[in-house]
Amino acid sequence: MSADLFEFLCRMGDNCLILGHRVSEWCGHAPVLEEDIALANTALDLIGQTQLWLGLAGEVEGKGRSADDLAFLRDAWDFRNVLLVELPNGDFGQTLMRQFLFDAWQELMLSALTQSSEPRVAEIAQKAVKEVAYHVERSGDTVIGLGDGSAESHARMQAALDLLYPYVGELFESDAVDQAMVKAGIAPDPESLRAAYDAKLAQVMGEATLTLPDDRFAHKGGRTGRMHTEHLGHILTEMQWLQRAYPGASW
Amino acid sequence: MSEVRTQPQEAEIWAWLDEVPDPEIPAISLVDLGIIRDVKWAGDVLEVTVTPTYSGCPATSVINFDIEKALRDHGIEQITLKRQLSPPWTTDWLSEKGRAKLEAYGIAPPTDAKGPEKCPHCGGTHLERISQFGSTPCKAQWRCKDCLEPFDYFKCI
Ligand SMILES: [Zn+2]
Repeated sequence: MSADLFEFLCRMGDNCLILGHRVSEWCGHAPVLEEDIALANTALDLIGQTQLWLGLAGEVEGKGRSADDLAFLRDAWDFRNVLLVELPNGDFGQTLMRQFLFDAWQELMLSALTQSSEPRVAEIAQKAVKEVAYHVERSGDTVIGLGDGSAESHARMQAALDLLYPYVGELFESDAVDQAMVKAGIAPDPESLRAAYDAKLAQVMGEATLTLPDDRFAHKGGRTGRMHTEHLGHILTEMQWLQRAYPGASW
Repeated sequence: MSEVRTQPQEAEIWAWLDEVPDPEIPAISLVDLGIIRDVKWAGDVLEVTVTPTYSGCPATSVINFDIEKALRDHGIEQITLKRQLSPPWTTDWLSEKGRAKLEAYGIAPPTDAKGPEKCPHCGGTHLERISQFGSTPCKAQWRCKDCLEPFDYFKCI
C-alpha cells in the first residue's frame, strides 16, 4: 500500500513541479507586466504544492528523502508527471491553453481529494484547491479572451488546442496504482472525473469559439514513467544543474 | 516543580507576536493576518503553530525567522514552530484591526463579493479589475475609475 501511495503522491507532486518550472520560464518574458506577475504567482503556487506533495511522498516512503531530494536528485525515468506538463511553452496562448487544460483537471482532482480517507492527502487538497480555483478562473478567462479575440489570436488558440488535446487523455488513465488508491478511499478513479471535465471544456471552448477535436487518441507514458518526451530531460538539466554540480548546496 | 518558574503568560506572548509585522505587508501584524493559530507551553518549550497563507508563499521562512527572533528578544529560549495546514488559512481570519490598517495603507481588504467594496484612496465605487494576481500571492490588482489610481486588493480565499 505505501508503495502505491508513494507512487500516487509522486504523480501529484511531479505534475506541479514540472508545470511550475515550465511556467516560471515566463518570468520576465510575458507580453505585459500583469501577465508576467500572474504567471510567476501561478508557478509559485505550483512549487508550493510540490513541496507538500513530495514532502509527504518522502515521509510515506520512509527512506529519509525530502521533497528537495525527490525534486533534484531523481532522473527522468523516475518522474511521474503527465506528458502535457513537460511540453515546451510555445507562445503565450499555448502556455495558457495548457494551463487551462491542466487547471480544469486539477480542480476536479483536488476537490475529490478533499474527501480522501488519508487525512494528510485531504489537508493538502483543501489548501491547494483554493489556489487552483484562482488559476482555473484566470486561465479559462484568458482562453476565452484569446479564442474569441482577433483572427490571429483565434487561429493560435485553435492550433494550441489541436496540439495539446491529444495529451489530455493521460490525465484520466487508470492503472493498478489508481485502483489501489480507489480501494483504500484515498483518491478517486481518474476516469470518474472525465464527464465533469468534458462539460467544463465544452463550456469554455464554446465561449472561446474554439472547436474541440473529435479524436480521443492519447499520448501517454509520463504518469507511469514508461516513456517521457525528449523535453523532460532538458527541463531536468536546467532545474537540477546546481544540485548535480554542487551536491548538498543550500541557501 | 519547574512549572512555577515565571513563564510568560500566553496572552502576553500573543501581544508580543502582535508587534511582529508581516514581512510583505508591514502595516499589519502576523496576528492580524491570522496565520498564528496557537501558542502554548509544552513544559519549558513554547510551541507556536503557524499556517501558511499560500502554499508557495516565499515569505514563510522569513515569517518563521521573525517569530523566533521576536520571542528570543523577549527572553524565550526554547521555541518550536509547528506548521499546520488544516484547516487552511482563510481571509476570514484577518482581524478587524488588520482590515482597517490594510485600508489605511492603501490595500482594499477582502470581501465576500468577488472584488473590493471601495477604493482605498478616495472611497470611489467605480472599480475595475486589472489582474487576478498582484505583487504578492495574496493580492490582486484593481483600478479606481473615480480617482484613476491603481490599488491592491487583498484576495478573498
Ligand atoms: Zn479612487
